[in-house]
Amino acid sequence: MSIKISEMAGWREIPVAGVAYRPSTESKTGDWRSFRPIVNEEKCTGCALCHFFCPDGAISLVNEKAKVDYDFCKGCGICAEECPVKAIEMVPER
Amino acid sequence: MPELVEIRLHGRGGQGAWTATNLLAMAALREGKYSQSFPFFGPERGGAPILAFARISDKPIDVHCMVYNPDIVAVLDPTLLGPKVVEGIKDETVMVVNTQDPPSKVREVLGTSRGKLWTVNATRLALEVIGRPITNTAMLGAILKATNVVSLDSLLAVTRERFGGEMGEKNASVIRKAYEEAVPE
Amino acid sequence: MELGVAKQEVMGLTGDEAVAYAVKQVDPDIVAAYPITPQTIIVERFSEYVADGLVNTEFVPVESEHSALSTCVGAAAAGARAFTATASQGLALMWEILYIAASMRLPIVMAVVNRALSAPINIHCDHSDTMGARDSGWIQLYCENSQEAYDTTIQAWRIAEHPDVQLPVMVTLDGFVLSHTLESVRVLPDDVVKRFVGQRRYIRVVGHEYKEVPLVLDPENPLTLGAFGMYTHYFEYKRQQAEAMEKAKRVIEEVGREYGGISGRTYGLIHPYRLEDAEVALIGLGSTMGTAKIVVDRLRQEGMKIGLIRIRSFRPFPREELLKSLSHVKAIGVLDRAMSFGAYGGPLFMEMRSLFYDEESRPLISDYIYGLGGRDMPIKLLEDVARDVKRNADRGRVAEPIRYVGLRE
Repeated sequence: MSIKISEMAGWREIPVAGVAYRPSTESKTGDWRSFRPIVNEEKCTGCALCHFFCPDGAISLVNEKAKVDYDFCKGCGICAEECPVKAIEMVPER
Repeated sequence: MPELVEIRLHGRGGQGAWTATNLLAMAALREGKYSQSFPFFGPERGGAPILAFARISDKPIDVHCMVYNPDIVAVLDPTLLGPKVVEGIKDETVMVVNTQDPPSKVREVLGTSRGKLWTVNATRLALEVIGRPITNTAMLGAILKATNVVSLDSLLAVTRERFGGEMGEKNASVIRKAYEEAVPE
Repeated sequence: MELGVAKQEVMGLTGDEAVAYAVKQVDPDIVAAYPITPQTIIVERFSEYVADGLVNTEFVPVESEHSALSTCVGAAAAGARAFTATASQGLALMWEILYIAASMRLPIVMAVVNRALSAPINIHCDHSDTMGARDSGWIQLYCENSQEAYDTTIQAWRIAEHPDVQLPVMVTLDGFVLSHTLESVRVLPDDVVKRFVGQRRYIRVVGHEYKEVPLVLDPENPLTLGAFGMYTHYFEYKRQQAEAMEKAKRVIEEVGREYGGISGRTYGLIHPYRLEDAEVALIGLGSTMGTAKIVVDRLRQEGMKIGLIRIRSFRPFPREELLKSLSHVKAIGVLDRAMSFGAYGGPLFMEMRSLFYDEESRPLISDYIYGLGGRDMPIKLLEDVARDVKRNADRGRVAEPIRYVGLRE
């Protein structure tokens, strides 16, 4: 069962202990990005290092290739830095 | 303009809205006025909608809360046009909007008949003069055309001081251009 | 001796920058600090001054606030002028050293940029951090605006180092509301500030072998500081601290007056506003009291007899001054930007209620807890508070002693 709590709920309604009740997936953080990681699938070996390093959990492996979820990627560039075969390039968003 | 002028800028993180209110405040200081400039602190990050505020007065400014009924509103990024922009505005509030659209269309998006609307294509001017779509200084030029809240000379002086050298000149130039191009509804 | 008000330059400074600029002019021997929002700008600006060679200060970049204050303790005991700055969690981490600094009677100056305490994590203003430290033995001066942050930082050295005081001073300013707000600040010339703060003086104490020596670590005249103190002596040392706090009241006023002589801006323990014939008074600390002045002006126009007192010195608490200023007031609204969980009201409310206990005629006092975690206190809400206090005055009793203002019910 899912309980809906409005953003403007009063002190009696919100859960105690500073519990974060809104799922982080409700805040799409993709528009924070200044640089966009582009995966070169030719080069990608599917080693998954980028997946493990991504602080936002925004990279998964699809058919053994890195796939970035641009709804949540903040463009920090750690994936590009860590990729052992330089398969990820950071390009300006605008 | 009233005795205490309250200004609200709508921008996106990285567009220099806070720098713009700082420049206005510094220009006011230069004219012997009192001023304040502060951002609304949400999560600090590039691209997110942000607000920056300024107050300008001939007398010391005691008030220390956010601006709720601005005398001047400026919108640095056309994608921000919407109900948030017109929150708390008065009939005499001057709204300065960066847009390539005609005022009638801006009115439609804003959904209000209140306020006095000025428009300028600040993004085009910034791209032409500075080479990047950073519209903060261009919008200041337009604000001054619409309101005279500080003098153009004061603003140009503090802008040159703030950026220095070539960037100072480019920003001064974009301020002048926007001052010339801004048009009332 | 002073030659009158100095010519002053007007600068556009944020509260943090104003503090950093004052510290630059004082040019202390040592600054040890760890950056934390919203104090960061103080440390950034000051380290720029160090890098640019504008000060002679030894800047110690430490690994924590505990170390920052510990460094200041060591330096101040060795005779140096020491400064640090912090906020919220940083002040909390300094906790044990706060008491040590005060009990060792070290005239350290610290800017605290008021910020809420975790959890949940919050970077914005409230007074929970410094209110928690109110019993640590530090003098606490709360600033209303950036100008005061500058002025008070300069005065703090004179207060801390006064022979009758010898206590550390916290200069507090509201996070973001002041720390990140650019305002007009009049600054004194460097040499005027230098002359005003002068050189650090040392009181004389009886040390090893019953020899009278200055209270400063010196290999030629060895001293033992902060050592073991049993039930035979500990209590007496604490009584001395209470005495120093008491004496600090006069010193804070003297220094504030003398500063007025060079700057045109005089400071005291409390700052009343339009209180002369007031029936209703608002009492509080920090930047909100500036906004409250606007509210007083507006309600005065409506005919309400209202005034306010901003308490500048919360420690020492200006008991006599408050009693005197408020003797004619019917109802007081206390503005508390902190909570004391399980207590009857906020920290300032408790002080105010106990203040009048011995008085024959006592005003009605109600508490308004507001602004926690940076929630804004707009003019409208403050007006509601003032009207509530007025209603209490009219009906002759407090309807609701403790209210939460701006809270979502």
